[in-house]
Parts: sequence; structure tokens; C-alpha cells
Amino acid sequence: MNVGTIARVAGAVFKESVRDRVLYNLVGFALLLMGASYLIGQLTAGQDVKIIKDLGLAAMSVFGLFIAIFIGIGLVSKEVERRSVYSLLAKPVRRSELVVGKYVGLVLTVAVNLAVMAAVYYLVLGYMSWFETDAFKRSWEAPATDVRLLVAIYLVFMQLALVIAVALFFSTFSSPMLSASFTFGLFIAGHFNADLKNFGQVVGDSPIRYVTTALYYVMPNMAAFDVKSAVVHAQPVTAGYVALVTGYGLLYIAALVAAGVVIFSRRDFK
Amino acid sequence: MSRSGPALALAAVCFLAAVCLQVMRDRRYPSRPTTAEALYLTSGDTARRLALSYKALLADVYWIRAVQYFGSTRLSEQANRSFDLLYPLLDITTSLDPAFNIAYRFGAIFLSEGYPNGPGRPDQAVALLDKGFRHNPHRWQYLYDKAFVYHWWYRDPERASYWFAEAAKVPDSPEWMPGLAAFMLSQGGDRARSRVLWEQIARTAEHQYMRTNAEFRLRQLDAMDLIDRLNPLLERYEQQTGQRATGWAPLIRRGWLRREPVDPSGSPLVIDASGRAGVARGSELHPLPTETTPAAPPTR
Repeated sequence: MNVGTIARVAGAVFKESVRDRVLYNLVGFALLLMGASYLIGQLTAGQDVKIIKDLGLAAMSVFGLFIAIFIGIGLVSKEVERRSVYSLLAKPVRRSELVVGKYVGLVLTVAVNLAVMAAVYYLVLGYMSWFETDAFKRSWEAPATDVRLLVAIYLVFMQLALVIAVALFFSTFSSPMLSASFTFGLFIAGHFNADLKNFGQVVGDSPIRYVTTALYYVMPNMAAFDVKSAVVHAQPVTAGYVALVTGYGLLYIAALVAAGVVIFSRRDFK
Repeated sequence: MSRSGPALALAAVCFLAAVCLQVMRDRRYPSRPTTAEALYLTSGDTARRLALSYKALLADVYWIRAVQYFGSTRLSEQANRSFDLLYPLLDITTSLDPAFNIAYRFGAIFLSEGYPNGPGRPDQAVALLDKGFRHNPHRWQYLYDKAFVYHWWYRDPERASYWFAEAAKVPDSPEWMPGLAAFMLSQGGDRARSRVLWEQIARTAEHQYMRTNAEFRLRQLDAMDLIDRLNPLLERYEQQTGQRATGWAPLIRRGWLRREPVDPSGSPLVIDASGRAGVARGSELHPLPTETTPAAPPTR
């Protein structure tokens, strides 16, 4: 695979998403946070900074999820539907480079989105902190502009990178509608992995146990990336945990992209 | 006008007309006020599962609902106001975010507040604080608050002392905590002990709401002290004249008082039908804690 070709495909995906006004969501995010920071102070018995932290992290995750799913599902399948895949494959671009480039391009889009959202997030938190007295700040579990929030943002990014890989995988062989359903379904099911494991333990030594245990390991564990609450409460999230989850995410992504490459490479477009 | 001008104008006119119709409909068919608040999810565990990665945000939503519910019910003019949903709301909040410190501490204050200013459920306050300590065994504050509930709402110094002593066993609890446990069992009036405790909270509590609450309780204690000084005057008047005073004017004429007495919130004190002084119903200090019956304590 040629890295230069992958970078060019990725750049094209990024430019296309900018042209499609995907980055407009940043305006929505900024307005949401600024509006909420003004309104929430009246409603929450002094918990406004905690709530803005929660709201900002959740909004980054939700906005990113929508971009990941609704753009991710069309990455390959739209090229096939529009028949633009023929002109693409007529160029000196391998199918594997096309799939990997598409993936990298959307990850780049999401990363830029998250980076800008994180900057707005810190600005709003800094603004809220600026007007509070030192005595009030002492009642906070963590400073408003706590750098540890970046750990949660980083793991939101890793989770979204995994969701993009899932969407891309389905996009290589399915229609956008079905890909969206599958991806969203896996995102939800990925939060219930622990239940599958527990279920297997409850049923004892039956074949169901092996099935549920297998499913537990096969399905992407989305819950593992969620440290938002811990970070907001200034609870420790160790570097070891972050490294393990990052490794898990990268390996799972690699497996999905590789599988997507294989499926796309075998497709007959005649 | 550009080509899109007429379409934009039509859109604006239609939108304004829709708003006008909405206003007309609201006037002709006013929506009935909701008589009962609904809690669609009653199980914290179910809420946890449905929240996916957004548990903390959903906990915030439930916390805001709990604060709004408590505040609006407290301010409601309804005769039979009910705080029935307060505990379930706080329970769901803390199930979604078990580290939500303020939901336990403020929630316990809300729950134990005597009726009609609160549900008057110190038992639920204790249950909430127990849940908080189960999830956060490093937080001595929950045991400290629990001791307070036993002291203030149950008038049970022995249990209060027990829980202050338990709070003292938690690592990093303040060094004055064992002293409080002993102080609860010391000689001296209940009110004197309360004053010391509330003064300490007003001085040291990390949250403004808790300091404000302590200052409010101290004003209530001041009002009770003032009433205790006025009641002997009222009794003396009754002994001398053979009739109960119905106002302060006769006592002022005799030179026993310089002016009409007011409670620490600035509201004039009243004389009830039995001839005893008390705070007015309209006073922000009403009802005073001794005017509410202590609840039956649950088992330890």
C-alpha cells in the first residue's frame, strides 16, 4: 500500500466532508455549551460546572457519533451507488488504499471536530471558572479546566474511531440504510457486553455459556471507552488502563479495516 | 426582489400565521394543569442500562428534575402538596452517577426537611446517605450528615454520637470528629448542642448551600431563644391581669418591651391562642423545629 495515495484519498474525504458542511455542527456545539452555561446556573443548586463538564463530553460524543455513522456508512457504498467507483478504480489506486484512505479521512474529520469542540469546551469552562470566588471553587472536586478531561476526550475519539471502522466495514458490502442500522445496533449492543458475560455465568455449564462468552469477546466493547464520569469526579484513570483500551481499540479497528479491504477487494463491479 | 423573495415571504407569513393559531388555541382551549408529576423510569438500574455512555449526563438531568421538583413543590400553594417523587428522583440520580456527592448531601437535606417545607422523611435521608457511603466509603461526610439527621430530626443524641464516632473512623476525617461524638453525650441542652453543630457547619462547610442552610438553622435557634425570653413576660401579664395578651401593645405600654418584637428574619412575632409567642406563618423561619414532632427513628 502506498502511503501517499492513502493520504490523497484521506485528504479528499476530509475536503468533501468540509464541503458537505459537516463542520457546521461545531457552531451547534458552541451555542449549546454557551447557552447551557448561562441557563444551567439557575437550575442546578451550584452544580453548573459539573453539569457543563458532563454535557460537553456527552455532546462531543453524540456529535462525533452522528458524523461517524452517517458519513461512515456512505464512505464506500455511495461510491458504488453513484458508480464513481469505476472512475476511481481506473486510476492508479488499489482497492485497499481506497478503503484505508477513506477510513483515515473520516477519522481526520472527526479528530479536527473533536479538537475544535475541546477548545470551545475549555473556553466555556474557563469563562465559568473566571467568575467564581475562590471559596466556591474549593467545593469543586476538580478544577473547571482540569487537564484530565483530555483523557475522556481522547477515549471518546478512540471510541468514534472504532465506530467509523464498524461503519466502513458494513459499507463495503451493504446499503447505507442497513449499514446505519448495523452500526448503530452494534454501538448499543457494545454497551451491554458485561451483561452477556454475566448471563453466561448465570446459565452455568451449558452451550449457551460458550455462545455468550464468544459474543462477549467478538462484539466491540464500547463501554470500555467511557471514563467521562470518572474524570469529571476527579477519580483516577490510570495510564495503564488508557494504554490497554487504546491497544484494544487499535487492534479491533485494524481487524475491521482489514476485513473491509478483503470484502471490497473481492467485489465484482462488472 | 430576488427569485427566492416571494417564497421566503410566504414562509414567514405561514410561520407567523401558525404562531397566531397556536396562541388562539391556547386561549380557547387552555391546557389543563398537570395534577401529578410523572416518573417514567422508576428503576435506577433500568435507567443505567438505557443511558449507554451518557449516564453522567442523564444523572444531571435527574438532579435538575429533583431540584426543580423540590423547589416547585415547596413553593406550591396546594393544600395537600406531596413530595412523593423526591426520593425516587434522587435514587435514580445516584444510581446513574454513584459518585454524585451533592445529590447525596443536598438530597438528604431536602428529604429530611419537615413538612410542609419538605417531605419530612429523615428515614429516606438516612437511606440515601447509606447508599452514598456504600458507593463511596472514603466519604466521611455521609456519616457526619447521618449523625446530623439523628440529632436534628430524631432528637436522638446517642445515635448521633454513634455516627459521629463512625465518621471519625474514616481515614482523612477531620480531627474534631471524635470530639463531636463525645459532645453529643455531654451535659447541656439540646439547643446548645445544636447551636455548636450548626455554627461549625456555617464556618466549615465547603458548599455554599450547606452554609446557607446552617445560617438559616441558627436564625431559627435565635428565634427560639427570643421566644423563650418573651413567654415569661406573657405569663406575667396573664397572672397580673387575669387575661391572655392578644398583642404586644399592652406589654410595650407597661415598659416590658421597647417595641413590637420581630424574629431574626424581620417578621413580627405573634401570640397564639394559648397565649404563647411564636413565629408568624408568613415568616421564612416558620415552622420552627420544635414545632414539628420528631419522627420515629429507624433501626440502626
